[in-house]
Amino acid sequence: MRNGLRQIATIIHKDMVTEMRSKDIVVSMLVFSLIVVAVFNFIFDPGSAQMKATAPGILWVAIIFSGNLGLSRSFAREHENAMMQGLLMCPVDHSLIFVAKVIGNIIFISIVEAISVPIMIVLFDLSIGAEFWKLALILLLGTIGFAGVGTLFSTISANTKSREVMLPILLFPVSIPVILSAVKSTTYLLNHTNSDNVFSWIKILIAFDVIFTVVCFLLYEYVLEE
Amino acid sequence: MKKSYLFLSILTYIALMGALFMAFLYAPTEKTMGDVQRIFYFHVPSAWASFVAFGVVAVASIFFLKTGKAKWDILAKSSAEVGVMFLTLVLITGPLWAKPVWNVYWTWDARLTTSFILWLIFIAYLMLRNYVADKERGARFAAVFGIIGFLDVPIVYMSIRWWRTLHPAPVMGGGEGSGLDPHMLQTLLFSVGAFTLLFITLLVFRNRTALLANELDGLKNKIKS
Repeated sequence: MRNGLRQIATIIHKDMVTEMRSKDIVVSMLVFSLIVVAVFNFIFDPGSAQMKATAPGILWVAIIFSGNLGLSRSFAREHENAMMQGLLMCPVDHSLIFVAKVIGNIIFISIVEAISVPIMIVLFDLSIGAEFWKLALILLLGTIGFAGVGTLFSTISANTKSREVMLPILLFPVSIPVILSAVKSTTYLLNHTNSDNVFSWIKILIAFDVIFTVVCFLLYEYVLEE
Repeated sequence: MKKSYLFLSILTYIALMGALFMAFLYAPTEKTMGDVQRIFYFHVPSAWASFVAFGVVAVASIFFLKTGKAKWDILAKSSAEVGVMFLTLVLITGPLWAKPVWNVYWTWDARLTTSFILWLIFIAYLMLRNYVADKERGARFAAVFGIIGFLDVPIVYMSIRWWRTLHPAPVMGGGEGSGLDPHMLQTLLFSVGAFTLLFITLLVFRNRTALLANELDGLKNKIKS
């Protein structure tokens, strides 16, 4: 058990060090998420009630679009210089590779969220105040679900002919339940209307996270075999 | 052609003719919706057939991952193709009925959205199969995606249902005031049976073609080497 944890930590550490040196994943995700927000701004009149009502949706669109970008980059990197083969040759259980990769992707997306979400809150003039921790929890849960499915599918799409196109086509329709419940709980939270609704949607989100992560964990082994 | 194939084809033909007869002549005209309601006898059975098809994809995929035998992979692929065809019919017949009845072709309700997403998932499934160069690996990827795609259906449905819903509730087995005219119910059940037969026939033929193509590929490789 402790051995396993150390192996997971080593793989995550490796990914973090590679990212620290190039910074290409986090920076490109961050810039892209801000571009998405800038583009959506043209749909509504500035400061209109409509814009505030749809802000949580726009926030999640920015997160999943940039998350998709980061996921496909992180696995494309593994394929350059045959890093994936190296990783597979290590005496590490394949399911541990999945866990490490999911955690690594969660860290990447969370770093981007930590910077872009406050910017969006300012840009859309949203008030979070006392709800800060709840928002952080929803963001984390949504990211876990998305990264769990995303890690499995980015491993698949990295082996296809057109990997950048294939990932969103596989990932978006399947991850709809997670995104839907994340958007719904964020909407209720930011509208300050009904805190019961927030919690019931958070519970649904947790359930989806568990289902998706477990299924992907069980199936990951079949994707990795060389 | 084998005799059993011929028998199956003729049986399906007779059943489909029977379903046409029942839908247009036997079943009474619906009171408020009129004749347009008759599309129901093709819409619902198509949806049923596509759902069975994707169930076959998931089960065959599980067997493929367990045994690694190519025949399961070929069955999953054939069934996915037939399923996408039926689901396309569902997505075409639905709006045709909805325009006069709901006054819109499309609405983002739970059942409709789920069908649309299911359609996208299995289009992606078929694309995935064609985009992987390594055949054996592509089969494994497709199996994994097919299983997740099928499991996703009830989850997507539930999540959207909690979000909002508009589609008419299932008319059978409901509470007070629900239920079909017995003639309508007979027509529907007969049509479901006929479409199931049609699904089986298409699947058997598609599967046979795919098996032969696979065999041919093997023989070609043998000659080359």
